[in-house]
Amino acid sequence: MADTIIELADLTKIYGTHAAVDHLSLTIRKGEVFALLGPNGAGKTTTILMMLGLTDPTSGSVRVCGIDSTSNPIEVKRRVGYLPENVGFYDDLSGLQNLVFTARLNGITANEATQKAEQLLAKIGLSDASGKKAGKYSRGMLQRLGLADVLIKNPEVIILDEPTLGIDPKGVREFLELIVELSREQGLTVLFCSHHLHQVQQVCDRVGIFVEGRLLAEGNIQTLSERLFSGSPYVIEACITHTISEEKDLQGKKYSAGWLNKILKPVEGIIAIDIKEDSILIQCSRDAASDIARAIVESGAGLNYLSKKEYGLDDIYYRYFEGGENHE
Amino acid sequence: MNNPVRKNDMVIHPFRVIVQKEISDHVSSWRFIILILIIALTCFGSMYTALTNISTVVKANDPDGAYLFLKLYTISDGTLPSFFVFVSFLGPLLGISLGFDTVNSEQNKGTLSRILSQPVHRDYLINAKFVASLTVISVLLFALGFLVMGLGIIIIGIPPTPEEFWRMVFFILLSILYVAFWLNLAIFFSVRFRQPATSALSCIAVWLFFTVFYNIIVNLIAKAIEPSAMASTNQVFRYQEIILTLMRILPSELYSDATTVLLMPSVRSLGPLTMEQVVGAIPGPLPLGQSLLLVWSQITGLIAATVLCFVLSYVSFMRREIRSR
Repeated sequence: MADTIIELADLTKIYGTHAAVDHLSLTIRKGEVFALLGPNGAGKTTTILMMLGLTDPTSGSVRVCGIDSTSNPIEVKRRVGYLPENVGFYDDLSGLQNLVFTARLNGITANEATQKAEQLLAKIGLSDASGKKAGKYSRGMLQRLGLADVLIKNPEVIILDEPTLGIDPKGVREFLELIVELSREQGLTVLFCSHHLHQVQQVCDRVGIFVEGRLLAEGNIQTLSERLFSGSPYVIEACITHTISEEKDLQGKKYSAGWLNKILKPVEGIIAIDIKEDSILIQCSRDAASDIARAIVESGAGLNYLSKKEYGLDDIYYRYFEGGENHE
Repeated sequence: MNNPVRKNDMVIHPFRVIVQKEISDHVSSWRFIILILIIALTCFGSMYTALTNISTVVKANDPDGAYLFLKLYTISDGTLPSFFVFVSFLGPLLGISLGFDTVNSEQNKGTLSRILSQPVHRDYLINAKFVASLTVISVLLFALGFLVMGLGIIIIGIPPTPEEFWRMVFFILLSILYVAFWLNLAIFFSVRFRQPATSALSCIAVWLFFTVFYNIIVNLIAKAIEPSAMASTNQVFRYQEIILTLMRILPSELYSDATTVLLMPSVRSLGPLTMEQVVGAIPGPLPLGQSLLLVWSQITGLIAATVLCFVLSYVSFMRREIRSR
């Protein structure tokens, strides 16, 4: 594809005997907002380090902006802005001075750098704090300063490693919106790395799920949920107030499996019934909500509520991690 | 370059940008200010004793009498050590304190991965930090040396001869080299150890070992292999050579050997001399070239030790995987 900007082919990194990244192949198109999701230790940071040429892959190749990161890291780093996890700044320098330093490392003249840094600080809402020492910034301010630091070199791609770590929920939302807004404005490609699904879900175009060095799935959230839950696409959650006569079967649980099976038997298309603390989850191959409701009500039990569950990234994520463990 | 506006409009090589930043960091840090105060105070203290005693030390038949000015750096009345002893004592402290947190503090602050994700080669960082610290040290030592010289001219009223001046300059260069050795050792520990406290402590441990314990060990060995009173000249000579060789493993020994020769032109040899060698020699100062030739092996040894430490830190830094914090 002509507009491919990041291309990983069969990328592998082995530490000792442990494969941190295992034959990873991934392409990211220009202008896309891509999120690489995975638990801690999945190899996300290692992948990024290889993209930037900061560590050499054991095998496979990385091309960013059409340049091989392993053999020509400087050119790649010129085009890619990277916000590391837990980004740090020089405490004794002001926010502005920190940005100017980064800009000058990128070959921007001192005057131009100051000008640009001031513009960016205004954009991220830190104009008032530009003269303050970075050591006195709050965590959220540091992250925003980090974003400015990434943008000051006019990158084509920005890579953000756990950008929302340590920011409060309101701050996270603002921060992510800021990232997406700025990147759309300049037509940037954004690669997030995160284990926080909700946050990233709102802003990204495409997601890759990455567990133990392997990419388990990629695609937008819709395709992912379709692919994942093809066996039982509908899940209905119900909360029932049971009748007293059933109490002897309960054994501490709120619902009795035998009783549920009995009353739901007439309903077609039920694949599995999963009993939770306060509710039951019924997986079906068709939208059987109305039949289930009728069956429960006819059995004489009280139906508190019945809802169809929508799959979010969360469910996809957990589903995959369970799956990931099952593969072992 | 004369016009500041134009200077700000120039693209400066990233290496120089890092060096500039490091120098300004050093100069504005409390650590450096404290160090300067300590070093300046001790230097002036030693100069004071030198100046008050300079009239008494020059004897009529002293072969170094012609080099009155150099005595400023070497004499003391026993209460305070002389200038060059002070430098040999505080030099390691200077090197260690400028170098012990070079790399690990960057990593702990989380700035290392940010800087390395900029379009710079990885070795720029460590090279630039070394160059910056060395620049700071050179400026400091030259300033101090020339300050002592200037004050000496004002107070004793005798200007140094060109020969004395050049001996001074070589002495300062040698001191810079000596401090650079400790600086590189400190940088090496800062790459190896994650905690700045650990690396500082290791440097101080090495320093203490070299200044205190190594001497004790050499003394023990010396006692053990001491030849009997009946031993031939040859045996005694070989014994002396062994002890000297053992001592010369120490960078501080190399440094003090070399400075002694440079600042006391009458010193003709650093090892034992036999009577045959001395026969017919007129006690007189050596020219600068000959003095330099005499300590050439010491200088080479110091350079080798410095380069070795730098290579070790360079290699371990280049092989290290840079992760955030």
